[in-house]
Amino acid sequence: MQNIDFSLVDWSRAQFALTAMYHWLFVPLTLGLSFIIAFMETLYVRTGDPEWKRITKYWMTIFGINFAIGVATGIILEFEFGTNWSNYSWFVGDIFGAPLAIEGIMAFFLESTFIAVMFFGWNKVSKKFHLLSTWLVAFGSNLSALWILVANGWMQYPAGMKFNPDTARNEMVNFWEVLFSPVAINKFLHTISSGYVLASVFVIGISAWYLLKNREHQFAKRSIVIAAVFGLITSAFVILTGDGSARNMAKYQPMKFAAMENLYVGQQNAPLVAIGILKADEQELAHKKQDFRFTIEIPNMLSYMAFLDPNAYVPGIKDLVHGNPEHHIISYQERSEKGKIAIQSLAAYKNARKAGNDSVAKTALASFEANYANFGYGYYAGRDVHELIPSVATTFYSFRIMVGLGIHFGALFLVVLLLTLKNKIEKKRFILYTALWSIPLAYIASELGWVVAEAGRQPWVIQDILPTIAAVSQISSASVQITFWMFFLLFTGLLIAEIRIMTTQIRKGPEPLTPEAKNSPKTLITKKSSHD
Amino acid sequence: MKRVIQDVFQFYFQGFKNMTLGRNLWMIILLKLAILYLVLKLFFFPDLLKSNFKTDEQRSNHVIEQLTK
Repeated sequence: MQNIDFSLVDWSRAQFALTAMYHWLFVPLTLGLSFIIAFMETLYVRTGDPEWKRITKYWMTIFGINFAIGVATGIILEFEFGTNWSNYSWFVGDIFGAPLAIEGIMAFFLESTFIAVMFFGWNKVSKKFHLLSTWLVAFGSNLSALWILVANGWMQYPAGMKFNPDTARNEMVNFWEVLFSPVAINKFLHTISSGYVLASVFVIGISAWYLLKNREHQFAKRSIVIAAVFGLITSAFVILTGDGSARNMAKYQPMKFAAMENLYVGQQNAPLVAIGILKADEQELAHKKQDFRFTIEIPNMLSYMAFLDPNAYVPGIKDLVHGNPEHHIISYQERSEKGKIAIQSLAAYKNARKAGNDSVAKTALASFEANYANFGYGYYAGRDVHELIPSVATTFYSFRIMVGLGIHFGALFLVVLLLTLKNKIEKKRFILYTALWSIPLAYIASELGWVVAEAGRQPWVIQDILPTIAAVSQISSASVQITFWMFFLLFTGLLIAEIRIMTTQIRKGPEPLTPEAKNSPKTLITKKSSHD
Repeated sequence: MKRVIQDVFQFYFQGFKNMTLGRNLWMIILLKLAILYLVLKLFFFPDLLKSNFKTDEQRSNHVIEQLTK
């Protein structure tokens, strides 16, 4: 692994990042909007008010557009596994096989079947069965996200598997350990709840647009109330699971945690930098050391966030790279030497097996297994171990922007809910504009969450076991560049199609109430109470 | 049983027939799948290990060689 084509590694990474980020533009709205629709339809079934049916059908159309444009965009990631990341794909095969197969089956039966009932079933199936289908679509789409997030969680914390040196594959030894690993479960809950927040912001933003245009007042205000309540509850859940993510990170990915905080030297009673601006240190560039130009800190908070103890020691980048015997942290140098032994032992084992030399194979296998935990570090033996530090600025700023926007969304939910309940929302044009312009901000926050998770764990594809430089296929960098731009064009086309179809539908607005629905006693009661 | 199958068929048939916006969305889905599978997968994204090697043993030997070189 001495002659690494960094152009190939970087373009392969860029391509995967591009496709994953574009894919993620469609997913969170599906996850969240499906539940918002289910709540709206529940209100329709419970009250019999045709206005709720109209609201449900409108948001269902928006859901359908997003679902149709986004569906299958994730398949491209699987194509890339086989071509650009073939070593990785083989190495992890069994871990991914089961969860993705379950995802495929569940998604097919739950989503495909009940989505048809959701769209075609109005007035054809009973109200209750239709409602059940809507709820099953919501649960189904969220459950299908579970499996891919479990696979991602495994890459961040590879539990429940054993590497088989004969097949060069990881094999699942405990499915439940993979499924219920603390990282996987927390990742799933944090990711889906962030999708709920995004969908809430989306519904509120579009509803705000109607109010700004002096259209569909009742529709907009009802949508805002549902989305704001859902957004408030799920924002609390995002905070809770985000807190869990931080603790998992401090425990299982301490370098990501240190980079996210720009904590170069570890300390006890570590403060949390709430707001900070980094200052690149030219002399320390190779060590990725950066100081702060400016900070606002919360004393002891980082220690508490990481280990639920304000006095706890939080290791910094320097401690992890150079080691800290006092806190039992071994250096990257030492880990890379152990990793190199693991790599050499694997080669020796394979050769001995081929030669039929069982005793040498047995010794090599024992040496391999003893050092396997540091396998990935072996690729950095003889290299500058500072290559093992992720981009501090990317991780640091992405995290803070994401959290800052999350606080903004929480405040927005509260403000719009109170104003709507007091019937004052139409007059607050600044709030309505803020709600509308929060839609792109929600997408930015959602994408930045992934940037923290993925850029922050570089250079690992599988934490401590497989770095990107070893996972990538030895193909031409030029071919990766060509497909990068092809994907860019394809996805941009899909995004433009989505935005155009959606904006046309939004301008058109919800379908008018039928004359029968207008004269329905429920509608008349609702109209009277809204005038009161 | 026959009646149930007929009802289910009619349900989907009528549903697809009465689609308005859905028609455009299905066109996009089909076009997208065609580009993905008939262009990208076929010409640009071969499964390298599947296409370059015949057996799993050859594949694992290749990967180990790649990982240990």
